Amino acid sequence: MSKIGVFICHCGENISATVDCEKVAAEAGKMDGVEFATDYKYMCSDPGQTLIKNAIKEKGLTGVVVGACSPRMHEPTFRKACAEAGLNPYLCEMSNLREHCSWVHEKNEQTTEKAIDLVKMLVEKVKKNKPLNAIKVPITKKALVIGGGIAGIQAALDIANAGQQVIMVEKEPSIGGHMSQLSETFPTLDCSQCILTPRMVEVAQHPNITLYTYAELEHLDGFIGNFKATIRLKAKSVDYKLCTGCGLCTTKCPSKKIPSEFNEGLGMRTAIYTPFPQAVPNKPVIDRANCTYYQKGKCKVCEKVCPTGAIQYDLPDQFITEDIGAVVIATGFNVLKTDFFPEYGYGKYADVLTGLQFERLASASGPTLGEIRRPSDGKVPKKIVFIACSGSRDPAKGIPYCSKICCMYTAKHAMLYQHKVHDGESYVFYMDIRAGGKNYEEFVRRAIEDDGVNYIRGRVARIYEKDGKYIVKGADTLLGSKPVEIEADMVVLATAGVSNPGAEELAQKMHVSYDAYKFFAEAHPKLKPVETNTAGIFLCGACQAPKDIPETVGMASGAAAKVIGLFSNSELTREPLIAVVNRSAPPVFSTCVGCFMCQTACPYNAIEREEIKGRDGSVIKTVAKVNPGLCQGCGTCVAFCRSKAIDMQGFSNEQMFAEVMALLNE
Amino acid sequence: MKKLGFYPGCSLKGSSSEYAQSVLAVAKAFDIELEEINDWNCCGATAAHNMNKELALSLSARILALAEKQGMEEIVVPCAACYNRLTVTQHELNKDEALKQRVCDIIEMPISGSLQVLNVMQLIDKYVADRLEEKVTTPFGNKVACYYGCLLVRPHNILKFDRLEDPQSMDILMKRSGANPIEWGFKTECCGAGFSVSRTDVVAKLSGNIVKDAADRGAEAIIVACPMCQSNLDMRRPAINEYLKQKIDIPVLYITQAIGLAVGLNPKEVGLQKHFVPVEIN
Repeated sequence: MSKIGVFICHCGENISATVDCEKVAAEAGKMDGVEFATDYKYMCSDPGQTLIKNAIKEKGLTGVVVGACSPRMHEPTFRKACAEAGLNPYLCEMSNLREHCSWVHEKNEQTTEKAIDLVKMLVEKVKKNKPLNAIKVPITKKALVIGGGIAGIQAALDIANAGQQVIMVEKEPSIGGHMSQLSETFPTLDCSQCILTPRMVEVAQHPNITLYTYAELEHLDGFIGNFKATIRLKAKSVDYKLCTGCGLCTTKCPSKKIPSEFNEGLGMRTAIYTPFPQAVPNKPVIDRANCTYYQKGKCKVCEKVCPTGAIQYDLPDQFITEDIGAVVIATGFNVLKTDFFPEYGYGKYADVLTGLQFERLASASGPTLGEIRRPSDGKVPKKIVFIACSGSRDPAKGIPYCSKICCMYTAKHAMLYQHKVHDGESYVFYMDIRAGGKNYEEFVRRAIEDDGVNYIRGRVARIYEKDGKYIVKGADTLLGSKPVEIEADMVVLATAGVSNPGAEELAQKMHVSYDAYKFFAEAHPKLKPVETNTAGIFLCGACQAPKDIPETVGMASGAAAKVIGLFSNSELTREPLIAVVNRSAPPVFSTCVGCFMCQTACPYNAIEREEIKGRDGSVIKTVAKVNPGLCQGCGTCVAFCRSKAIDMQGFSNEQMFAEVMALLNE
Repeated sequence: MKKLGFYPGCSLKGSSSEYAQSVLAVAKAFDIELEEINDWNCCGATAAHNMNKELALSLSARILALAEKQGMEEIVVPCAACYNRLTVTQHELNKDEALKQRVCDIIEMPISGSLQVLNVMQLIDKYVADRLEEKVTTPFGNKVACYYGCLLVRPHNILKFDRLEDPQSMDILMKRSGANPIEWGFKTECCGAGFSVSRTDVVAKLSGNIVKDAADRGAEAIIVACPMCQSNLDMRRPAINEYLKQKIDIPVLYITQAIGLAVGLNPKEVGLQKHFVPVEIN
């Protein structure tokens, strides 16, 4: 005979504001098999948990139903409390009275009736629950960090410095990411390269870090603690064991007119190239799509000049497989290009730039060695306009969100311009100035007050070119929307931060969720900011949303701490909510008929074949078997099984039907 | 001979009869017959949709319904305002079944919503484009500023006809007629539109900026596809010149006039004599 305890939580007022919790508890007390029912303001608090524990001990409960929030929120809390009181944790179930009832309905009798029904369903289910034991799986103590920007670098160094192994995969020929492209950084104006490049070197030299540049994740199988990552090492066409990084090949390469990605198209590079002089590793790759030899079959100048014979034209892409325990996604972001903006000329004006392009102009390592000059004619612009929120906060452009970093870097750009061009005039068109952050507001005030940058609150309607000037037409909304027209020599658009082009594909490869803008989704916006919904996969930096360097570094260290925490145990406990194929006594052995529909249905490759053998070793029957380490408990195989030989532990057919019947048997 | 429906609208019957004349002449030169919709009415223009949405939709809807009833599958609408109103109406009705029903009740006619509404560029692009080059006998060898005005490309998400800013379709057609379209900044700027009557000074300023930019960049003619734009840039030239304090005498041609001249029609056939700013071209 079941002795079920029912515990109804008010969740402060979250549930009790629309549901009569006392009535729900009273009604639950009358249900068949319920031994004890009560309600309490905060069931998840210490006194609430104690209430449950005492009831289990005193009443000898055989099952517990907590009517509270979503099991995603507090199921582990209550199951742990039950376990502490000696009850198998899988005999505890949660009825979601908050998200499924109180939050979505008005306060009335029907809402309370629905809450009672929800509790009744779980009471019927828990009667059929069986004690389950957690599954233990070993952990491979090696982390995969995807992306070698500042986020990936910070995460990799933190994990490696804690004594764990790290594999870093970077798709470009060098690590460093966007931060290596920046000139100075706000709010202190310290040089981006100076603070970044030592860290890049540290990554390359760290004994615990294996660095794969010009490489991409091809595949990720497995589960937390036991991933298998297949990595594509794109053909560099250069044998890095022989290459000394002397750079002779890059100076002699005849294809010199390829727009440099590092310089955002403002400078040119060769077909065999290192992205920038401080690259790590400082060895070149051949860009096959732009190489004369690969395209036309002739040239081989680099091979002729290479003193060590390191050029190898026929090196193919290689694939390596690594066992991995955890993954950190740090793939970063991108910015919209100017061609996204019809009103600003569809990208056809040479001196209308993105913020990232301006960084290259202002950077000592840039195409103008840090002098602000117009790409069109090399002249120093005497009048410059910066347009904040170019694309951002504009639902009509499909980007309703704030890109967060633009207010600050625009202030920095205007400041750098004033520092470099003393007789120059600078204007910033803005919607609001969002300068939340330590010393950020002060920095913007400094640009306005000390450096004399003209801030105009308003939007720019269009830009057109006339006699070598760019006519910027906008409005000053603080002066009653007075039309403003500025004849600028250069215009810089603070274009919106957007997700990387390959982000969606990568997310699907790893089975992690992403938002409508293809940014990777964190598991909880407040309490799980560095976790994804897939256990063992963490994220940090601007791949989650646009963010600045301090925030990125903080998040990266957070993700690293999670990985280090995971690796501090030798084995991992997993929920036993997995599928099992039934076994029975001879001569049936199992109702499985060996059709293996389940094998084709399983998205996790968790179904294996098992031969049931007689005493003489002959195969009597081949049946399906679920690998408990791989099964994620999705239940697809259960639905596919024609002979009902597979069932889900914790969500068996019997339990599901009990829930449904509880509603039907009024 | 291809046969299409034709909605002239009020301008093409009055102040811009040369636009109608040139559209019909060019169509004829390319073996296209344009059959005027019988018993058509006003599209509603700016006035109707500023006052009453249902009135605005119903006026345009009646035109669409008539065309459907008269067995037309495609209609050519040269005026940019008419084109805009008819296309927007069709879009509004097709996305809202209840609204469509309401409007059909008002006009007491059914609408299937499948009618294709073409502006002049679309007409040429669809039925003439592949024959254009071979037909050009006197290439229109001038530098021209293609002026689209506000209505032809907006709202972009409904018309889906050309780029919102810096549209290209007219430039491409003019290039293929042998002209040299210039890059300029005023392709879709406002000409002042209906203020022509009540605030001629405003139109002189707005249209003046357009004419000046075209002239400054060396355009020898401005090419338009809207009767309103044409009349403001052409008829208001004295006021424009007074505002600019300079005499600019570049003519304003409809795209169909320019193409007509290129394919060998004579100036009279495309109505050039009707312009205020004399056209001395070729």
